[in-house]
Amino acid sequence: MKLAAREELCSGCRACELVCSMKNFSQPNPKRSAVRVAGAFPAPGRFSIVYCDQCGVCAEVCPVEAIRKVDGHYEIDADLCTGCMVCVDECPHGAMFSHPDDDVPFKCVACGECVAYCPRQALVDEDGEVAWAGVEAKKRAV
Amino acid sequence: MAETKLFGYGGRIVRVDLSRGEVSIEPTPEDLAREYIGGRGFVARILWDELEPGVDPLSPGNKVVMAPGPLSGLFLPGSGKIEMGAKSPQTGLYGEGNMGGHLAGELKFAGYDALIIEGAASEPCFIVIDDEKIEIRDAGKYWGKGAFEAEKMLKDDLGGEFQIATIGPAGENMVTYAVVSHDFGRQCGRTGVGAVLGSKKVKAVAVRGSRGFPVADPERVLAKGKEMYEACFAKPGFEEWTPYGTAGVTDWINEIGAFPTKNFHTGYFEKHKQINGPTLRDRILILDKGCMGCPIPCGKYSKVDYKGRTIYVEGPEYETIALMGGNLLIGNIEEVAYVNYVADELGIDTISGGSVVAFILECLEKGVLTPQDVGRDVKWGDADGVAWLLERIARREGVGELVARGVKEAAERIGKGSERFAMHIKGLEISGYESRFAPAMMLAYMTADIGAHHNRAWAITYDAAVGQDVIEGKAAKVIELQHVRPLFDALGLCRLQWVEIGFELEHYADIFPIVTGWDYSWEDLLRISERIWNLTRCFNRRERPDFGRAWDLPPPRWLEEPLPSGAGKGRCMSRENAEKMLDEYYELRGWDANGLPTRAKLEELGLGFVLEKLELD
Repeated sequence: MKLAAREELCSGCRACELVCSMKNFSQPNPKRSAVRVAGAFPAPGRFSIVYCDQCGVCAEVCPVEAIRKVDGHYEIDADLCTGCMVCVDECPHGAMFSHPDDDVPFKCVACGECVAYCPRQALVDEDGEVAWAGVEAKKRAV
Repeated sequence: MAETKLFGYGGRIVRVDLSRGEVSIEPTPEDLAREYIGGRGFVARILWDELEPGVDPLSPGNKVVMAPGPLSGLFLPGSGKIEMGAKSPQTGLYGEGNMGGHLAGELKFAGYDALIIEGAASEPCFIVIDDEKIEIRDAGKYWGKGAFEAEKMLKDDLGGEFQIATIGPAGENMVTYAVVSHDFGRQCGRTGVGAVLGSKKVKAVAVRGSRGFPVADPERVLAKGKEMYEACFAKPGFEEWTPYGTAGVTDWINEIGAFPTKNFHTGYFEKHKQINGPTLRDRILILDKGCMGCPIPCGKYSKVDYKGRTIYVEGPEYETIALMGGNLLIGNIEEVAYVNYVADELGIDTISGGSVVAFILECLEKGVLTPQDVGRDVKWGDADGVAWLLERIARREGVGELVARGVKEAAERIGKGSERFAMHIKGLEISGYESRFAPAMMLAYMTADIGAHHNRAWAITYDAAVGQDVIEGKAAKVIELQHVRPLFDALGLCRLQWVEIGFELEHYADIFPIVTGWDYSWEDLLRISERIWNLTRCFNRRERPDFGRAWDLPPPRWLEEPLPSGAGKGRCMSRENAEKMLDEYYELRGWDANGLPTRAKLEELGLGFVLEKLELD
């Protein structure tokens, strides 16, 4: 799964942030989401989406090799991570996150939930592995 | 500090005492949560318990309560609503409004189920809540700025993650229909909560939360949330309704003769297609903007080049199209958007503000006020003149001072028969539905606790379904809606998924128990909604000893003047039928003939404590 955004479709509802934190941290908490929406208002009046495209810069800069490629996406090994946060500083997309209560950062694990449940289909999977949940839902409703 | 372990709740209430400059954090009482749910329920019970009866709404003794609900901030459709209430400075009764955006969730994520603002500051201030770090800061540089201008400044100063509510100049100057604004286009619009904040010298509230909040069964809550989104995605309205949002209803409301036109002179506006949803989308929309968790964003963010100025405004949504379009005879979407923008920056409710301006225009037309009285002449349909009047109102200058407390008081001051066309119930201006040919809608307006607002029961679809000339049976439907719709305001949810695209209510009944861990049925929740409804009715009686049946009557225009055009041509509500609907309504509610809850009813609903502060039969 490789995330891509069609930001012009984003309504800023942040369903992506909510489903991400529920799926990966079992709680509603956008500060524990690996995808983030930011608005630019009143002008020009649009949203941008911060997301991980699995570019691998985090793995390159990690001084203890705690970030590795697993099934096409990069994962942090929390046992190896020293919490130096170099990856957070160096991520070119701003898509490595830390939470004040945690010692180690977190990132997108390519679960695809944000793609499936974005009401606007503003987040898509470039690899075509994850579909929007509305496709199946519409078929079932017919 | 002991914290109550509640699921679906932040578990804490934050209290800011501006007079003492003190902040305290209290656990959310479990019995309050179990008996009043949250949101509107918390607002109603806290105001009942904590306000001194008869308190001056613009004095330090009044309190503003802001409360999300247990379902706010969750991964489910429409989880972005926050309720805000105070004793209303406009009506002197129970005051409450709600808004979407992202403030509700953020307060929950910071761990709070309510923010209580009490006392008053001596200098302009704003409140910053950053998890446990809570401060009252100097707002000197923001005071006097427009509502969204100030929000932008605060976002730049504090950081984009903060969710910010502000007031505009109208709130600062305590215009009693001043709103609380948020998210560059959302307003807690009705009953003047913005004026109460202004009286306390609070320019803004900024919130950032990182804690999140617990739910009883996270796995099932995630699965149910997914099911709820999928159900929305599969509805035809998901694609058909969303492009126009609330503006999409404009044509139909005209067809059934219910579009407020020329200060509710009639119910049909010839130029309605020039200000409807498709025209908005075609001509000015740049973005569909949604509140937290919303799959069907009704926010129609627009850009308008108006006489050499580029303005951005969220809207116009239907109510603004009605009250600042048809009701002012402005038949051009760019002009409606412009006056919408002016009202938003000033922090004026477009519903009450539109009605107040229409009242002035009718006074001018009838010679009740002269151009000298007003400061200049303004004709129907004159957008620049309307903007000029809105400025006067927000600054309370000249005629603005005369109308700064709404049409009821303005008519009392002006006299000369102007009360015949002051369009309000209980002192609150009527929202966007002309109801002389919509009796259920009229009864909904007559009996709404805050005054003539539609959100308690949008009964007009029922009128259309069973007959716009039918009186019988309307009361039962209005009561049913008055329990269902305000329940959303207690749960912290938006109702539009249900109202507009047919999303089933059963979904909410399913998710409440797995979020809270409480085995409540939908009927249990409706019972709580009825409890809250009776409590706010008692609040009104406590604050106004003469409160009762007479307060529930519609304005003279609806009782005396038949509609001159449209589908309802010739129709009017007779006094006899209005009284008949009230009789039926009171009886079904278990209230006495004066419209007051009986002791037996209160005890049945667990409201026996009310009798300690209120004499009832």
